[in-house]
Amino acid sequence: MTLSITSLANPTRFLSFAGKVIPWLAALVVILLGAGLYLSFFVAPPDYQQGETVRIMFIHVPAAWLGMFGYMVIALSALGTLIWRHPLADVSAKAAAPIGATFTFLALVTGSLWGKPMWGTYWVWDARLTSMLVLFLLYLGLIALWQAIEEPGRAGRAAAILALVGAINIPIIKFSVDWWNTLHQPASVFRSGGPSIDPALLTPLFVMAAAFTVLFVLLHLMAMRAEILRRRVHALQQSRVAHAALAEA
Amino acid sequence: MPDLGTFDLGPHASFIIAAYAVTFAAVAALTLATLADDRKQRRLLAELEAQGITRRSAAKPSDIQKPTVKRSASNQDTGGKKTPA
Repeated sequence: MTLSITSLANPTRFLSFAGKVIPWLAALVVILLGAGLYLSFFVAPPDYQQGETVRIMFIHVPAAWLGMFGYMVIALSALGTLIWRHPLADVSAKAAAPIGATFTFLALVTGSLWGKPMWGTYWVWDARLTSMLVLFLLYLGLIALWQAIEEPGRAGRAAAILALVGAINIPIIKFSVDWWNTLHQPASVFRSGGPSIDPALLTPLFVMAAAFTVLFVLLHLMAMRAEILRRRVHALQQSRVAHAALAEA
Repeated sequence: MPDLGTFDLGPHASFIIAAYAVTFAAVAALTLATLADDRKQRRLLAELEAQGITRRSAAKPSDIQKPTVKRSASNQDTGGKKTPA
């Protein structure tokens, strides 16, 4: 079977591909989440400073990664919309927005629930937290923009421009803990010199991150499939109205 | 097997449980909403096709000779022109 990215540019081929892949991804998510939760609660030891609350890290950190990953998917799709006019680029961007927004929301909420017992507060206006909140607001803005413009082509181009402008926030989130003095801890996984986290905690973190990533891909494919169908419905409804007008004339 | 009898999340258990509960609820809601949307679009598409309104690729050859609607930017993304029945 020869399957290339360009062949998936055809929505019908993409639907066929998604139909085959989605059940396997769903099974993989169940396996990885099961393993990740087992490691998180029954294998990982309490942290010597944070105690049991370190278990929040196993969902907080992957949620934050996926929140940023989702926006990068949207930004790359925006390039596809504006430069290459790829038929599925806007579909991909629109489908990724609610998923990325959900993971960003989870990063903010689980971070607050972790912050209260560790920092003594649910929220501080430090650079990392604020830039993540800005990311969440950008997601909401993009979703609102797609909802506000009825014609999908116009909505897609407007959203693509906003998405690319907002992409500047991604490096700000990443490096905020280095550029400014923040209450949020600096990078402890992807840093020069290797992770500063003990392998006993790092393993569950990576398994949960893998589970969240496959979950993101699964939800993205499902949402793209629904979006392609929505556009077909929209086009057929327009076609019916136009044909009725022709018949009357 | 884990010993659930000695399972203790310490003095901050409520924060840990709340974090996992919110995550589970949000992911479940997102998944169910996506599935519901997919089913809704399939139902709408099936209703339109039942009325004889089909895409060109799904239409009979004789239908393709009928007047077609000028292709808009919105249906460029779906591939294939739309042909009224």
